Amino acid sequence: MKPAPFDYAKPNSVEGVFDLLDRYRDEARLLAGGQSLIPSLNMRLSAPAILIDITGLDALRGIVVGDGVLRIGALTTYSQLKASAEVARAAPMLSQAISWIAHPAIRNRGTIGGSLAHADPAAEMPACMLALDARLEIAAKGSRRRIAAADFFRGLFETDLKPGEILTAIEVPVIRADYRSGFSEFARRSGDFAMSGLAAHARFDGEVLSDVRLAYCGVDTRPVRARVAERALEGRPFGNAVLAEAKAALARDLDPPDDLQASGQMKLHLSQVLVGRVLTAMAKADGA
Amino acid sequence: MIADREVTLTVNSERVTQRIEPRQNLVDFLREKLGLTGSHVGCEHGICGACTIRLNGMLVRGCLTLAIQAEGAEIQTIEGISDSGEIAVLQAAFLKYNALQCGFCTPAMLLTAAELLEENPSPSREEIRQYLSGNYCRCTGYQSIVDAVEDAARTMAGGSS
Repeated sequence: MKPAPFDYAKPNSVEGVFDLLDRYRDEARLLAGGQSLIPSLNMRLSAPAILIDITGLDALRGIVVGDGVLRIGALTTYSQLKASAEVARAAPMLSQAISWIAHPAIRNRGTIGGSLAHADPAAEMPACMLALDARLEIAAKGSRRRIAAADFFRGLFETDLKPGEILTAIEVPVIRADYRSGFSEFARRSGDFAMSGLAAHARFDGEVLSDVRLAYCGVDTRPVRARVAERALEGRPFGNAVLAEAKAALARDLDPPDDLQASGQMKLHLSQVLVGRVLTAMAKADGA
Repeated sequence: MIADREVTLTVNSERVTQRIEPRQNLVDFLREKLGLTGSHVGCEHGICGACTIRLNGMLVRGCLTLAIQAEGAEIQTIEGISDSGEIAVLQAAFLKYNALQCGFCTPAMLLTAAELLEENPSPSREEIRQYLSGNYCRCTGYQSIVDAVEDAARTMAGGSS
């Protein structure tokens, strides 16, 4: 289908974006990579009066590492993230997760900020942000704030972003030498949204795990941490017995709803398979 | 009523200026305003890959990019890269392996295969399948397409096919 008519503006400053947001309020939608917004316009699930194209804002670009923090501009595309040696070193989980996102032609345009602000519950980046304890930088006219990823995702396609605010950057703590991370997911077809996906991050002291973070996508209305399973793994040497306990604990953490792709029960099963696969791969990696 | 806008861009090395509706996507613009009908319109929500176009050297979905966003951009379509001879080896391999039937997916398959071979000159069959997985074929089947891309890679590497 074709989208309903809309107007278009491409400001070249952040102030210009705030002025337009002020003027059009909920009649406006921000356009970044457009890889989720344009399909929804084409399907007429959304019909804004105006699109505010923010891709002219160079302040929202760039990947910088400093003071133990990897800072990623909201307009950074998946392809740029994937190609970045800094990202591969500072947050290898992201490099790994990006291979699961759609296809090259979509990764060439889709942005990390767009994915987070859109907050699709099956998307990879929100779960990674949760697992990595990322902070998101949000700007409004005359103000700026930071929020933990855990407080940002509120529900189905719902975030803490208020009218007039835009997501400007993502700050991820640089991975420490004694930590490892991993990502994997199950989708029906290559590039489809996940039926279940797992972003995992943990400290390895020899075989002993601590600060375990398991963030799932595709199993709830927003990305979720599996706290009971995390506790089952915490402070214990990794092995089959501990893994079996973590898998059992997942049944208390997750209660995935049935959808067109899979029953809730199947999604839970896939989530249990993922924790085994991802943690086993992490345990085998030599101190990566 | 929303006013049309003027957009100027380069398409297959030719500079073009047109007045367009802001909502017009890039693939419709190429087909309807410029008569370049080699890029196809399938699902219109980014799934089938038939509308794949090269924008500033990178593949994009023509249905998920607005023409107005291509202001100042360099676009290459299947017509452009056919005429330049850039994908002649791939085209010959598609013919040899019967890697097309109705041809609807073919222009985008060729563009995507060309990008793959540029990034990775000797991909495995699995890598070819993975890279082409965002391009749907509904008739020939993928076997012969993968055969053709594999053969083109060998030919380009100078080996026998």
